[in-house]
Amino acid sequence: MNLTLKIWRQKDSNAKGQMVDYKVTEISEHMSFLEMMDVLNEQLVGKGEEPVAFDHDCREGICGMCSMYINGEAHGPDRGITTCQLHMRMFKDGDTITIEPFRAAAFPVIKDLVIDRTAFDRIQHAGGYISVNTSGNTQDANAIPISKHDADEAMDAATCIGCGACVATCKNSSAMLFVGAKVSQYALLPQGQVEAADRVQNMVAQMDLEGFGNCTNTGACEVECPKGISLDNIARMNRELMKAAVK
Amino acid sequence: MSGFFKSSVGRKVAMALSAFFLMFFLIIHLAVNITSLFSADLFNELSHFMGTNPLVQFALQPVLIFGVVFHFVMGFILEIQNKKANGVSYAKNNGGANSSWVSRNMIYSGLVILAFIVLHFIDFWFPELNVKYIQGDMSGMHNGEYRYFHEMVEKFHNPLRVAAYVISFVLLGLHLAHGFTSAFQSVGSTAGRKKTLQNIGKAYSILIPLGFIVIAIFHHLTHNH
Repeated sequence: MNLTLKIWRQKDSNAKGQMVDYKVTEISEHMSFLEMMDVLNEQLVGKGEEPVAFDHDCREGICGMCSMYINGEAHGPDRGITTCQLHMRMFKDGDTITIEPFRAAAFPVIKDLVIDRTAFDRIQHAGGYISVNTSGNTQDANAIPISKHDADEAMDAATCIGCGACVATCKNSSAMLFVGAKVSQYALLPQGQVEAADRVQNMVAQMDLEGFGNCTNTGACEVECPKGISLDNIARMNRELMKAAVK
Repeated sequence: MSGFFKSSVGRKVAMALSAFFLMFFLIIHLAVNITSLFSADLFNELSHFMGTNPLVQFALQPVLIFGVVFHFVMGFILEIQNKKANGVSYAKNNGGANSSWVSRNMIYSGLVILAFIVLHFIDFWFPELNVKYIQGDMSGMHNGEYRYFHEMVEKFHNPLRVAAYVISFVLLGLHLAHGFTSAFQSVGSTAGRKKTLQNIGKAYSILIPLGFIVIAIFHHLTHNH
């Protein structure tokens, strides 16, 4: 396949970026999108040009680093995948592909397609944990009875990899699917009850402080989420916050 | 509790609560208006009751006005915040791939509804306030008979006004098509995501605006001599 790539290039966080056109040739349809980017970068290095900076780590869909907005969609035109799991067979020979970083005021660009997602870390630090003494005498979690339904839903929520596709996709740059998932995974389990009220209040407060937008329930986040995190988690977060407010 | 309504989630809840109230009001308003299709007398009686009952005028009406103003003002505040949260715009954004047009454009359907409410207030509410509270005529009579039916029919003589009403109600329908189920989600209920409530929402967002449209067109056609 021969492709034209329109890629966002930005020298550093202070620089003004722009879209730059590149051509890549002889791309195999079996390649992943990141392998295609590797081919481009080898070309650029060969020509003595600066390669395109992009985040990647596991290349198996669990690290959530590959923050690319491809042809107007987070992680490109496929469902339930990250960019590394997007295959070039989703495109046709001669296509022009637009590649941009995930956009949100709370996710500033560091360089090219690399963004700063530490806002998510700070939200997690605000309450996305349970306080347990790891002294060696910790109770075995399997000794606490939990209904199958709740365990499954908590596990589903916990599959969130914090990639930020929800924020990138949301027309309001809202982080509520991420925070909803992180609140839900504890709200459904007995271990999470002790700190439930503080958790949701502190995490929502931090989310607002970071400058994420307000959810308007378009449902775009759920569609683009590589892990299929459900909107039900946002409803649960709303319930948890209401419960905490009247407590 | 005040902290709750300052948070993004709390504001969503407040938007939804005002929306529930306004959606309930629409049912009442339509129920009164629809009587005009078959009985001018009943419409006059109900209009006079609504227009002169102290409970309606001085308890429910202020709550309604507050609800309307709140829903619009908060809608604008949230929209401005959301635009600010966006940062740099995408060169290419395929919103249609993952969400409906109506859900992404609530602010625009809302603006049309706001423009309609201004027209509607100029048409009916301001003249009503003038007659009742400035001129002090609480009788509801004109030339020996109730004036309400006659005044409404007169308004729908103008085809441009009828067209403006029809367009506004189509936009109201689109606003409700997303807003109805969205409000349930905002107050923490997953019911809005289930088939039953989605169907009720569809029926509501079609039937309520359609009712108002039928009334406007009916009076335009039947009394336009």
